[in-house]
Amino acid sequence: MHDPAAIYGWGAYIPRYRLPMSEIARIWGWHEGVPASLNVKEKSVDGPDEDSLTIGLEAAYNALKRSMIDPKEIGVVMFGSESKPYAVKPSATVIAEALGITPSTMASDLEFACRAGSEAFRAIIGMTLGGLVKYGLAIGSDTAQANPGDVLEFTASSGGAAFIIGKPDGTEAAVIEGSYTYVTDTPDFWRRALQPYPLHGEGFTGEPAYFHHIVNSVRTLMETLDLKQEDFDYAIFHQPNGRFPLKVGKMLGFPKEKILPGLVTPFIGNTYNGSALLGLARVLDQAKPGQRILVAPFGSGAGSDAYSIVVGESIVNRKSKAPTVDDYLVRKKTVDYAMYTKYRSIITRIV
Amino acid sequence: MSMEYSVPIYWRNRVNYYKLIGGRCKKCGRVFFPPQSRCPYCSSDNVEPVSLPRIGRLLSYTVSYNPPEGYKLQTPLIIGLIDLGETRIIAQLTDVSLEEISEGIEVEAVVRKIREDRTAGLIHYGYKFRPVISH
Repeated sequence: MHDPAAIYGWGAYIPRYRLPMSEIARIWGWHEGVPASLNVKEKSVDGPDEDSLTIGLEAAYNALKRSMIDPKEIGVVMFGSESKPYAVKPSATVIAEALGITPSTMASDLEFACRAGSEAFRAIIGMTLGGLVKYGLAIGSDTAQANPGDVLEFTASSGGAAFIIGKPDGTEAAVIEGSYTYVTDTPDFWRRALQPYPLHGEGFTGEPAYFHHIVNSVRTLMETLDLKQEDFDYAIFHQPNGRFPLKVGKMLGFPKEKILPGLVTPFIGNTYNGSALLGLARVLDQAKPGQRILVAPFGSGAGSDAYSIVVGESIVNRKSKAPTVDDYLVRKKTVDYAMYTKYRSIITRIV
Repeated sequence: MSMEYSVPIYWRNRVNYYKLIGGRCKKCGRVFFPPQSRCPYCSSDNVEPVSLPRIGRLLSYTVSYNPPEGYKLQTPLIIGLIDLGETRIIAQLTDVSLEEISEGIEVEAVVRKIREDRTAGLIHYGYKFRPVISH
């Protein structure tokens, strides 16, 4: 296990538009029991002038405000997404430029389905502990794609979260006391080049993918750190729907009460690279010094990271410096399926 | 394939558009946006960049129902005149509908897509203003 690392700032962003599950069921003729089984009421939809870059940028702007550090001290910006605006042209450089981090910085976009942002998070832990950079900015952001009429359309949504990571110096918002990653080649979900929508391996998405990888990453982390379920105040898991996190929590011995504070999918759907990281942002918004948080993102293909995070004293001074996840959750405007297709550019126009 | 919109012009202005950088005349003291090499008020070339406030007040607005190609998804466009204290700025408003908008509301700067150069060209990002998110 590595030396402790630290979170100095965290930030979230959720677009304001919401599409109710009932609208998708109405258009595509789904039985009402299908969306009900997902435990999701509505999903967040990016506006017509938003994409994963602008979403990640606002989350990063909020993280920077809470970190209270000079942006020039950030030596790496990593943007994790599976819905990048460009196939070739980094989003990370635009974000670095807009935040005043350029030019003395590394900047790159990462891809690993829903856990690219978490890969950024863990890679930056290594870079800061190794002394390559003083601080790093990890971003997970998506405007998730789903084939119209596919069951994925119920949950594929938009949002993002960002974190400023460095070495602990006593003023950090939280200490990352350990982390672990578990990956295998598992074909549960993919999107081929030039294809607009992903496909999924039917039953593969659950047992051999989501549950197997999260259970193994979390168990190994807890064994390595010699921690038990009762040592954690919160448990946050990747949230492809509102049901899986509660189920994997039960498999791992975590009660519902420790999972619900970081469960945002029932309100906004699955923000893919946002997902568990948005859950972490929401828990940091409310956590008290000394509390311990378990976070386990997951990405198809497949892999899961597990982190053990202990909240620091200075979190109290940082919370009010940016909008909370709940501030974004309550800022919402309902749209119908017609407006959703326009905002998501599902309607083809000749230009 | 040629671009509809100039890539060099976007590139030259990108930092001002992302970070809302204006100009301050060191001779007459006036602040202006966008920044330029000569003061638009006294023509002095003694100007310096200045970061503008990201929160202001909406003084007035107008609506465009027939904007140029590249803006169609955002139609109708709401264009606002915003008081930033030392200067005023004209900017597109976002995350607000005509039913929700009113003069005098507090607005804050965000970076959004301004327009897309057809389907294969550059995506232009820049400042817009939206109603302030209270926290």
